[in-house]
Amino acid sequence: MTDLTSLTLAEARDGLAKKSFTSLDLTDAHLAAMEQARALNAYVLETPDQARKMARAADARIAKGESGPLNGLPLGIKDLFATEGTRTTACSRILGDFKPPYESTVTSQLWRDGAVMLGKLNNDEFAMGSSNETSCFGPVVNPWRRASSDAKLVPGGSSGGSASAVAASLCLGATATDTGGSIRQPAAFTGTVGIKPTYGRCSRWGIVAFASSLDQAGPIARTVRDAAILMRSMAGHDPKDTTSVDRPVPDYEAAVGKSVKGMKIGIPKEYRLDGMPAEIEKLWTQGADWLKAAGAELVEVSLPHTKYALPAYYIVAPAEASSNLARYDGVRYGARVDGRNIAEMYENTRAKGFGAEVRRRVMIGTYVLSAGYYDAYYLRAQKVRTLIKKDFEDCYAAGVDAILTPATPSAAFGIGEKTGADPIEMYLNDIFTVTVNMAGLPGIAVPAGKDAQGLPLGLQLIGRPFDEETLVSLGEVIEQAAGRFTPERWW
Amino acid sequence: MNAPVKPSKLIKGATGDWEIVIGLEVHAQVTSNAKLFSGASTAFGGDPNSHVSLVDAAMPGMLPVINEECVRQAVRTGLGLNAQINLRSVFDRKNYFYPDLPQGYQISQYKSPIVGEGEVVIDLADGESVAVGIERLHLEQDAGKSVHDQHADMSAIDLNRSGVALMEIVSRPDMRSADQAKAYVTKLRSILRYLGTCDGDMEKGNLRADVNVSVRRPGEAFGTRCEIKNVNSIRFIGQAIDYEARRQIEIIEDGGSIDQETRLFDPDRGETRSMRSKEEAHDYRYFPDPDLLPLEFPQAFVDALKADLPELPDQKKARFIADLGLTPYDAAVLVSEHESANFYEAVLTGLANAGRDGKLAANWVINELFGRLNKESRDIATSPVSSAQLAAIVDLIGEGTISGKIAKELFEIVWTEGGDPRELVETRGMKQVTDMGAIEKAVDDIVAANPDKVAQARAKPQMIGWFVGQVMKASGGKANPQAVNDLLKAKLGL
Repeated sequence: MTDLTSLTLAEARDGLAKKSFTSLDLTDAHLAAMEQARALNAYVLETPDQARKMARAADARIAKGESGPLNGLPLGIKDLFATEGTRTTACSRILGDFKPPYESTVTSQLWRDGAVMLGKLNNDEFAMGSSNETSCFGPVVNPWRRASSDAKLVPGGSSGGSASAVAASLCLGATATDTGGSIRQPAAFTGTVGIKPTYGRCSRWGIVAFASSLDQAGPIARTVRDAAILMRSMAGHDPKDTTSVDRPVPDYEAAVGKSVKGMKIGIPKEYRLDGMPAEIEKLWTQGADWLKAAGAELVEVSLPHTKYALPAYYIVAPAEASSNLARYDGVRYGARVDGRNIAEMYENTRAKGFGAEVRRRVMIGTYVLSAGYYDAYYLRAQKVRTLIKKDFEDCYAAGVDAILTPATPSAAFGIGEKTGADPIEMYLNDIFTVTVNMAGLPGIAVPAGKDAQGLPLGLQLIGRPFDEETLVSLGEVIEQAAGRFTPERWW
Repeated sequence: MNAPVKPSKLIKGATGDWEIVIGLEVHAQVTSNAKLFSGASTAFGGDPNSHVSLVDAAMPGMLPVINEECVRQAVRTGLGLNAQINLRSVFDRKNYFYPDLPQGYQISQYKSPIVGEGEVVIDLADGESVAVGIERLHLEQDAGKSVHDQHADMSAIDLNRSGVALMEIVSRPDMRSADQAKAYVTKLRSILRYLGTCDGDMEKGNLRADVNVSVRRPGEAFGTRCEIKNVNSIRFIGQAIDYEARRQIEIIEDGGSIDQETRLFDPDRGETRSMRSKEEAHDYRYFPDPDLLPLEFPQAFVDALKADLPELPDQKKARFIADLGLTPYDAAVLVSEHESANFYEAVLTGLANAGRDGKLAANWVINELFGRLNKESRDIATSPVSSAQLAAIVDLIGEGTISGKIAKELFEIVWTEGGDPRELVETRGMKQVTDMGAIEKAVDDIVAANPDKVAQARAKPQMIGWFVGQVMKASGGKANPQAVNDLLKAKLGL
């Protein structure tokens, strides 16, 4: 039955509809694959009993002819999403054994549409990281390895568990979140497809917050079509999140295979970094050529404030995080480390409960919001953010339909390779992706080729606000040209 | 504010006169069924932690959603304070750690409040009126409650109040005495209660004030202020100000200087004590709450609320003076409490001729009814005499059925025994005699029986008083005194 895990989500859906197999078959196949893949450390919690129960219920719905769009399809859920009665930790010690008495809006929509939950996926602690090495459950291993090397590589982050699980066929698709690149960078590192929707497209209710003005949920899947199918269920207005936007959710899958003829694709010159590896440069040109061949028009565009995006991001995101994480104080839920008085209890709990990267960002955020520094840092970063947004608006106003960039400055790197003294080295991973979060725009990462070591590389497409459909159409063009990327199984 | 101050407002120190400068930050709990950003109930007195939603407990991933009723109440209050309504305002996070603050931040409005500048005019006992400027009104969340007496070395937290909507109403430092500050809070409370935007219950903590006090030599720049936190009665506000002003004056006169600090008022000892100094002050790291979009509404939203606003104390007072001829003092007494004004207006509604007897009714409400209620420490809600009964008594006076003196007896009967005043007058024979035939007979009888007095009276017209007294006595006090007087003058040829 293991070959059931090699199906795409769309193929599995069609197979279920044709009754070629049951949801329970599909679910069992994935549970077995998960058991054999524990070396990847993609799941921090497997929920086989619940998965089978949901699968049986899905099969019963098929028998009654009541299938929803995701009926019976087994998925993995990033541990940042609150799942009712199922441990949710954001991969932080500070949440301990926290079992929320509520279900996040995004996951509840997946269950509404019939999906099956296989378990909770690893991520960087509170989604802070670009390699999935800050998780309290330990790093996730990328199913991809360099040619003729056994060195363990990172899957990227923060949605490293989601990307790894999807790439290794440990689920048909996964939920993920993206604050500065946390969907697109791991997707690029694992040869999978990741969509970061427009800010406000998906509800943030029930997702452990990192940086509220940047966080957005989205899917990671093995194909553009699969990602499009998941997007439709995840998106939608939620009155419980006032930043979610009330507009109809389109059938994103219908955009797959739609002609891109005549579309104007911008190539931003500021993304051509000094010292950019030749293979990234080549990949980018290749992608442009594929789109051109499909009838799109390529134009050079300018996004002049790009270079300020990363520093501004590392002010705004930690500022919001420092406040969002204040609630983890040991008073009401999660871990508590006692002290002689309340201040000491706070200090002990938070020192022990948060990992080093989270502590660093809480301190940066606290600093930039402090009296006397607010104007120089936070306020200025917000102004930069407005300018970055305007850069994109000007491009789109000039008739550009989408912008093509590399997804990451390199392929996946080794575990421990970038966890040295200088955190900036790690932060630079997000150089091509943070602008999109700062501007609140949608972005998609699609695998487009391999580096010299045989590791997958991805391209990013950035769209107009709420125009995820165009990204789906363009992404599929690249996917068709580049082919699918599947790691060779070694685990 | 360097306007000259009346000498009576100054207080004497050892080295000369001092002026007190007072500004108030009043926290008023918004009257609404649900909290500011969650659907949880705001009812008072539930079991600890029984009115707590996932949002109030700051569970991971929970998001605030603004309660529109609280926005309406804040706008209504702003209109009642004659204040600028800001069509766009922003919610900010005020960050600090405390166990009764689950989120680790309070959602408040820092740079862009929902209501801007306004004004409250206060009337003082000496007839002076003072305009107190309102700097701003903003919406914010209340914190929970720490309970320290349940366990030897642990504290308990009750989050029922956590997230309840408060309006913080910040005055300008325009007050110059404890009496002015007390009058300001009294007036503010009255306005809020008229509007129905805060019940003003200070015992429950639903209205409380942070009092900023400084002293200076008249005409000089502001001194360093101290903030007295969370004073929860109008009397205590007065006591705290007087104590604090004296304390500051003594320090300065002894050659010291005032440290800017936060203090609390101890009502048992009648003194203020230091809580924390400026150096220990929190850095609240305010920034716009990214979970909430700026609060925006159209002018039409404000206009609709304005059209529905009830009559406020100042307007009501003006109407009582203009339409019913009340004195400003009586009108002010009647409007100061919403319930009193309501009672008086109910009496007016019950009157047969409110235009004629409105003023008389005001006297009766203020002097007889309030006087009696005060004497027995009761409030208007538990008055044994209803507005309808009082209206009937006033009617009986106004139409000449009973005299004022009889009316007081009647009021006493109604107060202690109850009953319909008009029926009581009938059944107990309290009617004033206006039957001229009956009065004339009584006059004739007295005149005939006292020829000597008649002779005296003709020589000395003041003697008529003796005759009036005799006739009134004969009628059991029920004869109309004016009619008796007129008849006697005719009979005696005066």
